[in-house]
Amino acid sequence: MIITLIDIALLTFMGATALAILRLRSLFAVVMLSGIYSLLAASMFVALDAVDVAFTEAAVGAGISTVLMIAVLALTGERERAPSHTMWLPMAVVVLTGAALIYATFDMPAFGAANAPVNLHVAPRYLNESFAEVGLPNVVTSVLASYRGYDTLGEVTVIFTAAVAVMLLIGGRKGDDAGIKNEPADDAVDDADSDGNGDTA
Amino acid sequence: MRHHRVLRIISKLLIPFIMLFALYVQFHGDFGPGGGFQAGVIMASAFILYGLIFGLENARKVAPPAVVTKLVAAGVLIYAGTGYMGLFKGANFLDYGALSKDPVAGQHLGIMIIEFGVGTTVAAAMITIFFLFAGRDR
Repeated sequence: MIITLIDIALLTFMGATALAILRLRSLFAVVMLSGIYSLLAASMFVALDAVDVAFTEAAVGAGISTVLMIAVLALTGERERAPSHTMWLPMAVVVLTGAALIYATFDMPAFGAANAPVNLHVAPRYLNESFAEVGLPNVVTSVLASYRGYDTLGEVTVIFTAAVAVMLLIGGRKGDDAGIKNEPADDAVDDADSDGNGDTA
Repeated sequence: MRHHRVLRIISKLLIPFIMLFALYVQFHGDFGPGGGFQAGVIMASAFILYGLIFGLENARKVAPPAVVTKLVAAGVLIYAGTGYMGLFKGANFLDYGALSKDPVAGQHLGIMIIEFGVGTTVAAAMITIFFLFAGRDR
């Protein structure tokens, strides 16, 4: 009962936050609200007993990405321009897609049902055997790091690639102060260069 | 932020505890919630907080970009290298059981090492991305 009330309260707050994000034009407020949205999502994951996912959502969604978005805000404007077209077509697409997704949930097994396909495939084996095979009390870590170690290697490679892509896109130019190279002797010369090109303006 | 004395003092007090918590999440992920991904982000947030309060120049002195960018790659190499250790010991790629005589102890050791690699890459990548965005002029 109390869990249902918490779920309803969290969903209401998430819906209200999403509506506020839609309506606000101040980008700073939008960034703050999306951080709050992530924190609410993390609370939702805790209510669903997915503590590891909640931890990641709170650290990445509410923490780091909010800071990164604020850093981006320093480069762009603080206000969003009013849209030049009406919202009705996008609204219709979103409502239809949402309705289709909700309709699809009617065929899904109840949350946490013991006879749901997801709980009959590999999950029993992980839960029963992982302590003897890997010896860790946290099954999530066993699955993530050992059984699905190859996937996790791929995920780490994705993060590596993201950092490399950001370096190439906005840190690659010589003479940019944000450049990853930290050579004072070169910087002075290059700064003069880029000023000539109007790059840093 | 140079004149915000409260922010400076509070963040100076907090940063060691944020780092300690990151290490706890890193090395306690086998027993409780957490692991390399979360620990890396928390560790990066300590450096980002330092950069926000004490300025990007000081943060670059603490975490030199030349070192941090190499750590982004080092984490992936630690992970993949642990996988190849399994191959050299005659087992499958990423089979940590071969790292020790006792397969369960080997699994534990392998998971510790690859989680450390994950944490290194995530923390270094987040710090790098923050430095690049924050250091860019309008």
